[in-house]
Amino acid sequence: MEEVRAPMSGNVWKIDCAEGDTVSLDDAVIVMEVMKMEAEVFATADGTVAEIKVKEGQAVEEGDLLITINT
Amino acid sequence: MANSILSSLTSVFTSSGFTAITWQSCVMWALALGLLYLAIKKKFEPLLLLPIAFGIISANLPMTGLMEPGHGLLWQFYAYGIKSEVIPPIIFLGLGALTDFGPMLSQPRLIFLGAGAQVGVFVTFFGAHLIGFNLSEAATIGIIGGADGPTTIFLATKWAPHLLGTVAVAAYSYMALVPLIQPPIMKLMTSEEERKIRMKPSRKVHPLEKILFPIISAMLLILLIPASAPLMAMFMLGNLFRESKVVERLVEASQNELMNIATIFLGVSVGATMNAENFLSPKVIFVFFLGLAAFGVSTASGILIAKGINLFSKDKINPLLGAAGVSAVPMAARVVHKVGTEADKRNYLLMYAMAPNIAGVIGTLIAAGVFVSLLK
Repeated sequence: MEEVRAPMSGNVWKIDCAEGDTVSLDDAVIVMEVMKMEAEVFATADGTVAEIKVKEGQAVEEGDLLITINT
Repeated sequence: MANSILSSLTSVFTSSGFTAITWQSCVMWALALGLLYLAIKKKFEPLLLLPIAFGIISANLPMTGLMEPGHGLLWQFYAYGIKSEVIPPIIFLGLGALTDFGPMLSQPRLIFLGAGAQVGVFVTFFGAHLIGFNLSEAATIGIIGGADGPTTIFLATKWAPHLLGTVAVAAYSYMALVPLIQPPIMKLMTSEEERKIRMKPSRKVHPLEKILFPIISAMLLILLIPASAPLMAMFMLGNLFRESKVVERLVEASQNELMNIATIFLGVSVGATMNAENFLSPKVIFVFFLGLAAFGVSTASGILIAKGINLFSKDKINPLLGAAGVSAVPMAARVVHKVGTEADKRNYLLMYAMAPNIAGVIGTLIAAGVFVSLLK
């Protein structure tokens, strides 16, 4: 199980994957909005998305768990 | 009968402004229309450039008396708002209420990068003086390199009012152009490897630190440079509103209504000072050129300071962060983030870049204060 965590504090802008999706390392899975700027968050491993822990629009702190990936 | 109608029509025409149009006012209108285009179409700092441009148009219409000392409408905005030094500190109150010192407090050593960017201000000051500007004009031009609008306006009003409109337009245009001016310098001065440096996670800042910071730094910095007091005191007061968490209404008022109202009068009266006589002189070209140089040197010196710290420190600083020392907030920080992600897409520099960015604002305030005390 791999974890994708928020690299910065900000808002979840867009979720570009769904639970069960196959993703590869470095795919953009979430777009965050930090200080009016979009920042992509990338998958940390190849696998399938196990669980999405956040909703679009939600505020997150640096280090919060966003997604888990089954490898 | 027909004759008398004709003659009254003629007299309406001769007493209208049309007969008094000069080529100089046409040039100023063309300039203002250019600024309006940039503001509306290209979204270049529209909150400022739009009222500035309209101020230029209005003040260059003949026979209006808008800028007539004593009772012209725009003159009164200028006299009571800017010349009396009221509006720039009010804007700083709002900026203080908008500023989160958290990133800076969590990485205190990055403050030095904000200081480093002030090198551009002083280099340009000496440069401008060497090529023939007097000391007060040179200081006003140098401060453009700090990339801080209200500070530039504050200093210009005090020391070189004839350059006020020019330096304000130069400062705000270059701020809008930060994403074009900075990246080539940043890439030239750093290696791919350096741009990939990832910063250590920052420590959490305690709320008490955030409350104490504006109080202590206002006292210390104003004691150190008393001439910085008008801007510094309001900046830190606005920040204390924010961090105290008990005066939400005052925070909102400072950030929104008060700052927006002040911005309207700031823009239109700065624009109104730009008449053909002040603006259409060869000096102005030098002002724009030197302002750009100031920006470039500030960017470069911030990067060099970061590299200097890296020589002695085990925890390396990504030298791109030095470019955020110019105080165009948060534009310069965004540019750093963007250039950083081009080298390594997982390198999230944005919040780290806010540290030198905010420190740069304080640094430019201090530089302005130093000039004010030097020129006294």
